[in-house]
Amino acid sequence: MRPVLLAGHERALTQIKYNYDGDLIFSTAKDQHICAWFAHNGERLGTYHGHQGAIWTVDVDPTSTILASGSADNTIRLWDIKTGKCLKTWEFPTAVKRVEFNEDATKLLGVTEKRMGHLGSIVVLDVKVDVEAEQNDEKVLTIVCDESKATVAGWSYLSKYIIAGHEDGSISQYDAKTGDLLYNFSIHELNQPIVDIQWSKDRTYFITASKDKTAKLVSAKDLEVLKTYVADTPLNSATITNKKDFVILGGGQAAMDVTRTSARQGKFEARFYHKIFEDEIGRVRGHFGPLNTVAADPTGKGYASGGEDGYVRVHQFDKGYYDFLYEVERERQNKQA
Amino acid sequence: MAPSFENLRDEDLDEDDFDVDDVDISDLKEKYEVQLEQGYDTFVVIDGLPKVTEEQKGKLVKFLLKKLKTVGNTREDLIYMPMGDDGKSMSFAFVEYSSAAEAAAAVRQLDLVPLDKKHTLRVNKMTDVDRYGREGRIDDEYTPPKIEPFQEQEHLRSFLADPSGRGRDQFVLYRGETVGVYWNSEKDQPEPVVERQHWTEAFVQWSPLGTYLTSVHAQGVQLWGGPSWSRQRRFPHPFVNLIAFAPNERYLVTWSSRPIAIPEEGHPALSLDDDGKNYVIWDIDTGKPIRSFAQIDQPVQLDEQGVKKPQKFPWPAFKWSADAKYVARLNQGNSISVYELPKMNLLDKTAIKIEGVMDFEWAPATPQRDSIKTYEQLFCFWTPEIGSNPAKVGLMSIPSKEIVRSLNLFSVTDAKLHWQSDAAYLCVKVDRHSKSKKSQATTLEIFRVKEKGVPVEVVDTIKDTVINFAWEPKGDRFVIITTTEPVGPTAVAPKTSVAFFCPEKAKGNTIGNFKHLRTLDKKNSNAIFWSPKGRFVVIATIHNQQSSDLDFFDLDFEGEKPESDKDLTANLQLMNTADHYGVTDVEWDPSGRFVATWASSWKQQMENGYHVYDFKGEQLREEPLEKLKQLLWRPRPPTLLSKEEQKTIRKNLREYSRVFEQEDADRVNSADVAVVEQRRRILEEWNAWRAVTEEEVAEERDIMGLPMDPVEELIRIKTEQLALDDTEEKVIEEIMEEVLEETEEIVN
Repeated sequence: MRPVLLAGHERALTQIKYNYDGDLIFSTAKDQHICAWFAHNGERLGTYHGHQGAIWTVDVDPTSTILASGSADNTIRLWDIKTGKCLKTWEFPTAVKRVEFNEDATKLLGVTEKRMGHLGSIVVLDVKVDVEAEQNDEKVLTIVCDESKATVAGWSYLSKYIIAGHEDGSISQYDAKTGDLLYNFSIHELNQPIVDIQWSKDRTYFITASKDKTAKLVSAKDLEVLKTYVADTPLNSATITNKKDFVILGGGQAAMDVTRTSARQGKFEARFYHKIFEDEIGRVRGHFGPLNTVAADPTGKGYASGGEDGYVRVHQFDKGYYDFLYEVERERQNKQA
Repeated sequence: MAPSFENLRDEDLDEDDFDVDDVDISDLKEKYEVQLEQGYDTFVVIDGLPKVTEEQKGKLVKFLLKKLKTVGNTREDLIYMPMGDDGKSMSFAFVEYSSAAEAAAAVRQLDLVPLDKKHTLRVNKMTDVDRYGREGRIDDEYTPPKIEPFQEQEHLRSFLADPSGRGRDQFVLYRGETVGVYWNSEKDQPEPVVERQHWTEAFVQWSPLGTYLTSVHAQGVQLWGGPSWSRQRRFPHPFVNLIAFAPNERYLVTWSSRPIAIPEEGHPALSLDDDGKNYVIWDIDTGKPIRSFAQIDQPVQLDEQGVKKPQKFPWPAFKWSADAKYVARLNQGNSISVYELPKMNLLDKTAIKIEGVMDFEWAPATPQRDSIKTYEQLFCFWTPEIGSNPAKVGLMSIPSKEIVRSLNLFSVTDAKLHWQSDAAYLCVKVDRHSKSKKSQATTLEIFRVKEKGVPVEVVDTIKDTVINFAWEPKGDRFVIITTTEPVGPTAVAPKTSVAFFCPEKAKGNTIGNFKHLRTLDKKNSNAIFWSPKGRFVVIATIHNQQSSDLDFFDLDFEGEKPESDKDLTANLQLMNTADHYGVTDVEWDPSGRFVATWASSWKQQMENGYHVYDFKGEQLREEPLEKLKQLLWRPRPPTLLSKEEQKTIRKNLREYSRVFEQEDADRVNSADVAVVEQRRRILEEWNAWRAVTEEEVAEERDIMGLPMDPVEELIRIKTEQLALDDTEEKVIEEIMEEVLEETEEIVN
């Protein structure tokens, strides 16, 4: 599995997103531009300029028309993917840590930071997937997190719930229409923040990544913890692969906690676990800093990881990956065939 | 309203009339009143004296005084012997000592001492007589003490019978706040025996034969054992820091850096005599203290800057002889005090004076010396050069106090004493300096204790510093680690060499001279761990940030032997090398089958956890455990089989192993089947859950009138738009360049 190294950022990566077709990769970093790349060869399609601070998050609509990004300059921006033009800017009192489109890209949510007397909140905006259209200024909904601030959030299937991960290690389920808190469960170690949430393809379950060195697979409907993946290092990101039943976890000792620079010590590896059996299957090395973000190709052909070292590494899976099956899985496959 | 000058009342004027006695100061009085009763602490009551008349009284008092003065200071006029109505004494007397400590000593040492054939002294503290003997406290009628009915005790050695019939060993894990005991199940998850939260506050420790698990708390020490892990004993030594067992598990030494302070209301186990003491020797069977000791102050040592070095308290301070009949303590530079168990009285009532004595060590087994019929305990000690007298290593036999062997040495900077486990050999590692004190060298002086006259053999002068030495248990080979670099805390681990030594082949039953077998250079190793059964040894690098090698050696390799070693009694073979990052501790299990290595969070924070290897160095298990502090194998008592029985087993090992191998194979198979079954179940559960969820979502979509695939529709619209926007087709070309072959030709 020979990776393509994307060296377009000058600072630590913050998020990587594949588009729906899996042919484009969008990456954000603490330097102030978003990069778009061709997934198959790593050629850069272009960059999006305009943000005045570190960019924390990015998302692309399913038709690969518009791009949303959230930044430390307290704005959410909407971009025309094709031209690189900034279509709209929403301003907030604090930094935006996460943005996500719902399944049909009619709505966009943003998670704002708790700072300077402002409580952390989740805001919902109406969007139109049209580069010509006038975007609405007003927030449709604001959910204020007064208990523990939300670090990440996302839309469930049917845009029915908003699921948020919190700094205290709990997850919440909100009614996406009214903003009412339906459930809040502590699923990770207390006060070990949840730092990433990524969805399964149909958005019925998601994976959380926490600093408590575990990732958990949770159902969106009743917040039941389905699976737990135990790592030996604090995690920064986790993703679910399509086609094959794996999850990929990324993390590593934070730079300030590493006493030695040896790559072995920092555990800067992407770890593959079997989604259903919770066993660790393998690791992919390469980064020489913690992995800040991992993303799986929605078509199941590869994955990309972004590190504190400023590199994006895009991997295409090879035959061994597709052939790997547990005995019981093969048994089942044969039965169905 | 405050009184003003115009309307002063009489009461306000006559300040002088103020009556001091009216002020209620009873609370202050109570607080600060000098407690006079405390003066009675210096008094003792002596009972059991003969009845004497006034004339005989003086004689008795004088006679008594002689005895009383052996423990403290008192005078004739401080003895008060009341006379009865009949003109005779009432067979008791009050005596005042000059201090409470002396009075306490009198009670301890004079009680039950015979005065003559008919009379035995009974000495009690005045305060005790008052406390226990006050009216109403004692029933006039005698009631026999109630004897508790016998209660069946738990079998404390039940752990030796592994319920699975595999003879597994147990180990204790202390991690976070949890203490758990587990069966070692080789490759599989260890099987829990017991697990408790907050079982200990400081650390855990096994007793030397594995009977008890010790937990250490601020209030004292507790012993646990039996199949239900119930509390067996308590030893309430407040703020205890360290503990040490006697080898036979009958006694326990506890030490606290804080002197014991007995509160006024008393202490459940300790008495006023123990006040100010640091060490307590306990009898484990009764749970009672036998004797307590204060710390011996070490002479103050100054470092290079002239600052006082913190005092070092050597541990164990009390060292036990192999049969636990004696326990001894070193008073560095002066003497060794040997105490006799079970009464803990000083052997022959005096400490053994050895001028300059630096260290001593008991033989770990009762030595069997050639042509010596009485088996006595033995310890060795060494003294440095004092004036023109040479340094000396001595072997002393106890209780006869006879010097069995002594050896003079010159130019000694330091010496370390290493006994072989059967007490067959004693190796004294002597660091010597040249006359100019510039260069260092080490010699190994080996005492052959079992041979007649205890001959001493000198092994090689080693130029480098020897940082570690270890005898093969039950064997006669040893390993040393040397380094050329100065020892001390350095960022980079020093380069070390590991050297193996073994005796030459000799005729008959004798053991040949010790010869150098092999040296392995350019290592970082710093620790030697022999298998408890000998033959196998692990050479490790522990406590090191950069390297953490574990080398597994076999000294009786059954393969080809190099020609150069044909006269030696060993065939060295490196079996395997492993790496356990950050390893801090290594321990063999008592059977010598497994080695556990672990990284303790007490010593470093990274990658805490343990590994288990078999004796060949093959890794069986690894488990990262956050906040792992301790892993300790449960020791086993010595085998009950006789030498002959053991030999028979060894001879028929092949037959036994066939049975066990079959069992192992069966178990692996059944375990595999179980795993597959489990996976099948998990997979089915997952698929069932997916099916239900997918159906539910589809239903909801249907009800809400949403398309089944929300994205498909969006993409269809988009592609239609694109088709409208630009009808002309684009050809995207991508040029790939691939170098198939490259040849370079040099043309002249």
